[in-house]
Amino acid sequence: MLHRFLRDDLAEDVGGDLEERFYTLRENTSRLRAQADYWYQVFFYIRPFAIRKRSQQPQLYRAMYKNYFTTSLRAMKKNKLHAAINIAGLSVGMTVAIIIGLWIKDELSYEKHFDNYDRIGRVLQNVTNNGHVDTWWSVPFPLADELRKKYGDNFTHVVLATDAENAVVTHEDKHLSQSGIFAEPDVGELFTLSMVNGSRDALKDPSSILISQSLAKIYFADSDPVGKIMTINTSMTVNVAGVYKDIPGQSEFNNVHFIAPWQLLYNESGWIKNMHDPWRPNAFSLYVGLAANRDFSAVSATIKDAKLKNLSAELAKKKPALFIHPMNQWHLYSRFRDGFQVGGLITYVWLFAIIGVFVVLMACMNFMNLSTARSEKRAKEVGIRKAIGSYRSQLIQQFFSESVVTVLMSFILALLLAQLSLPAFNLVAAKDAQLPWGDVTLWLYAIGLCVVIGLLAGSYPALYLSSITARQALKGGFRASKGSAWSRKIMVVVQFTVSVTMIIGTAVVFRQIQHAKDRPIGYETDGLVAVQANSSELHKHIDAVRNELQQARVIVDVAEAGSPTTESWSSTSAIKWDGKDPDLSVDFSNVGVSANYGKTIGWEIAQGRDFNRDILSDSNAFIVNETAANYMGFATPVGEIVYWYDHPIKIVGVIKDIVSNSPFEPVKPTFYFIDQNAGGFALFRISPDQPAQQALGAIERVYKKYNPEKPFTFRFVDEAYAQKFGNEERMGKLAGIFTSLAIFISCLGIFGLSSFIAEQRTKEIGIRKVHGATVFQVWRMVSTDFVVLVVVACCIAMPVAYLLASQWVTRYTYHTNVSWFIPVFAALTILIITLITVSWHTVQAAKTNPVKSLRTE
Amino acid sequence: MIETRLGDFEEVILLVAGILEDEAYALKITEEFKRQTGREVSIGAVHSTLDRLEQKGFVKSALGEATAIRGGKRKRIFTITALGKRVLKDAMDFRMSLWKQYPLLAGKLNFSYS
Repeated sequence: MLHRFLRDDLAEDVGGDLEERFYTLRENTSRLRAQADYWYQVFFYIRPFAIRKRSQQPQLYRAMYKNYFTTSLRAMKKNKLHAAINIAGLSVGMTVAIIIGLWIKDELSYEKHFDNYDRIGRVLQNVTNNGHVDTWWSVPFPLADELRKKYGDNFTHVVLATDAENAVVTHEDKHLSQSGIFAEPDVGELFTLSMVNGSRDALKDPSSILISQSLAKIYFADSDPVGKIMTINTSMTVNVAGVYKDIPGQSEFNNVHFIAPWQLLYNESGWIKNMHDPWRPNAFSLYVGLAANRDFSAVSATIKDAKLKNLSAELAKKKPALFIHPMNQWHLYSRFRDGFQVGGLITYVWLFAIIGVFVVLMACMNFMNLSTARSEKRAKEVGIRKAIGSYRSQLIQQFFSESVVTVLMSFILALLLAQLSLPAFNLVAAKDAQLPWGDVTLWLYAIGLCVVIGLLAGSYPALYLSSITARQALKGGFRASKGSAWSRKIMVVVQFTVSVTMIIGTAVVFRQIQHAKDRPIGYETDGLVAVQANSSELHKHIDAVRNELQQARVIVDVAEAGSPTTESWSSTSAIKWDGKDPDLSVDFSNVGVSANYGKTIGWEIAQGRDFNRDILSDSNAFIVNETAANYMGFATPVGEIVYWYDHPIKIVGVIKDIVSNSPFEPVKPTFYFIDQNAGGFALFRISPDQPAQQALGAIERVYKKYNPEKPFTFRFVDEAYAQKFGNEERMGKLAGIFTSLAIFISCLGIFGLSSFIAEQRTKEIGIRKVHGATVFQVWRMVSTDFVVLVVVACCIAMPVAYLLASQWVTRYTYHTNVSWFIPVFAALTILIITLITVSWHTVQAAKTNPVKSLRTE
Repeated sequence: MIETRLGDFEEVILLVAGILEDEAYALKITEEFKRQTGREVSIGAVHSTLDRLEQKGFVKSALGEATAIRGGKRKRIFTITALGKRVLKDAMDFRMSLWKQYPLLAGKLNFSYS
């Protein structure tokens, strides 16, 4: 090592010095010490004075590289079309790669900013419902104490919390709806909240609250919030005890803007304190921090039956098995089927990663194809250069620098494109990704990758072309080997196979979304507005509200329900009927409604009748959906008796299924009952002749009349329903964009190749035309070569894509079938695109006057 | 341009090289430096300084004899030039003149604690 960097004239005496010291030291101390000292001394010889000066003639080298650079630019200028195709293809490919990279980086960064993210988990349970295993994210609240008391040595913290929900938060005269959670005091420690003000332990006092920085800004502007008084849902008064930094977007908790003490919720809300059986309702989230040297699977096994042991015989039928879902899997691995984790968003991460790699590969293939195609022309140049004395190594360097220059130019263009298209991408992907201009390592990687791509793509001309002798090249008739023509064909086939597969995939995604959208949802969403009651005032005055708005012809009707039609929040297992298997554990959704609910939302009665205000016994009646009726197995459901907590209740009607959860999943068995206190949501059916905004204004005025201090929170039901497709539609759109770019790149490739082939065959075409070939015949002859390649690609892609797509749709219970039509459609599309692309040059070549092309001979 | 001023560390190294006479090669100078001052320093650092002194013309170097322990490699012996001697003397004179002014200064600032 010493001699590698040391100035030659110093080598002898320095080497001698070090050796002398080494052996002297050896005599007195251990070998190791002597060796360490030797290395230490060598290391400290790395000083400017001692280092060998590298190049003796720097100017000459610079001139060489300058020359390489100039010839590269000159070669590009001479062949503008090819250079443009190369740079366009590569830069589009790299843009796609950059954007996909940013997207993946964002997806992978979820929850990672919590200090202990790899030691935190959430307690979930697998329960057996209606004969199959469901995974529930919520647990009963006494479980927290149970885990602390009996299994405490496994955890550093056990924190019970509610899910993030909206609450009306008041300070002085500001009443706004804010989302936040109620949690046990350890929450700050477990998630290591970073505090701007105050202490994160403050929740030990049940009259305190922690608020996020942005919430503090809204309520207190720039004044110090600590010690100020706020009110949650008008009943809970709290002191601000601390302000934490907003939780970043890449987290489950990013919309948690306040954290109030669990104890406060427990004290204030009667329903938790007065639960008949606190182990029954699964309504809370439970987070744990693992103790040192415990791992998730072992602790999961330990606590598996912690809930079961406390259940009544009836509830035990559900066989709840607890396990811990680690925080670093929350975002990407959150799909459970039959009690087992089956991936989740990670599928999309892989999918897009593969797309990104393929798109870059396709762009590289273009690059290689065009350079091999052009090699015959370049061969002459090589011959001349060799004849005037070029070394092979110089030619290799020249070709490599040419391709590296192209790649670097493409990279700069790609950065520009990525920067310009990021806002649009962020909009589609619902992300906030930015190019990390400041991240040096990333840049080094990117530039390193560029050089690798450049070297790979330039390897053929550099290594093969430079090897031919001047005589070979200048004699003329140098032909690229058969092998290169074959490899060109194979690359075209690969490109189009990928393109066709992507077209098929995207088409299937959109088909699946459309399929779910076309699903009958059981009621009318148009013109339906769900307004959150926020207090009992609206419920008390519902008739007055109805009269006033009906008289103003703003609404047709207003109904009340416990949950908005687009969700169902409540389910029960305490349902029995005659003939039910006593060991079967069921889970029925239930919605408490007002009598005119069905009429207002427009559900369809399949059998029996709707609720009727005037029939008193309807307060003890059910309307069930068809799934429930079928599940219970009644021949004529109307008139049958069902027991809910052992109360006999008569079924008076059956309705067509209403899709209230995921439109991709089957509808759950559901029953509706008249709830005199149903007041969570008011559903307004706006008159069809009223403009929506005007009607909304009128509704808000009436709402404010009874709730002057409450925020008016509303949602159009059709918008809320459309949002259920958000994730799928986003992925579909992204896949669509990437697919079109992939097609673009492959078309660029054959566009370049066809130009090259048309040029190469100019003379042949001329002779054919002299012999009487028509333009059409010539066009067909040249195009056939490409069409054959594309057909081969289609033959490979169609079955592969068909299988993959068929497998993908089974993720969704409610799914479309992949019909033969889609692959055929994809193949036809790509064929037509190919023909159009290729024709540009072939038609031109075919139309050329043979006099022109043959004159030179 | 050649720097003609003598740095602190350079001065000490130059003196040590003078003391060692025929044995003034990088390793010995390093060891002698450590013995005299108690400060640990790498051979590279000393060699770098010697190289600088040579560029300034204060020392000149020549390859000397080889010994077995050095694996037969010759030593580079540094000898002080006339210029080097003059610079050393200048440095000493300069200090002496400072020292001569010192008691006055010390009296005024009252350095003594007794």
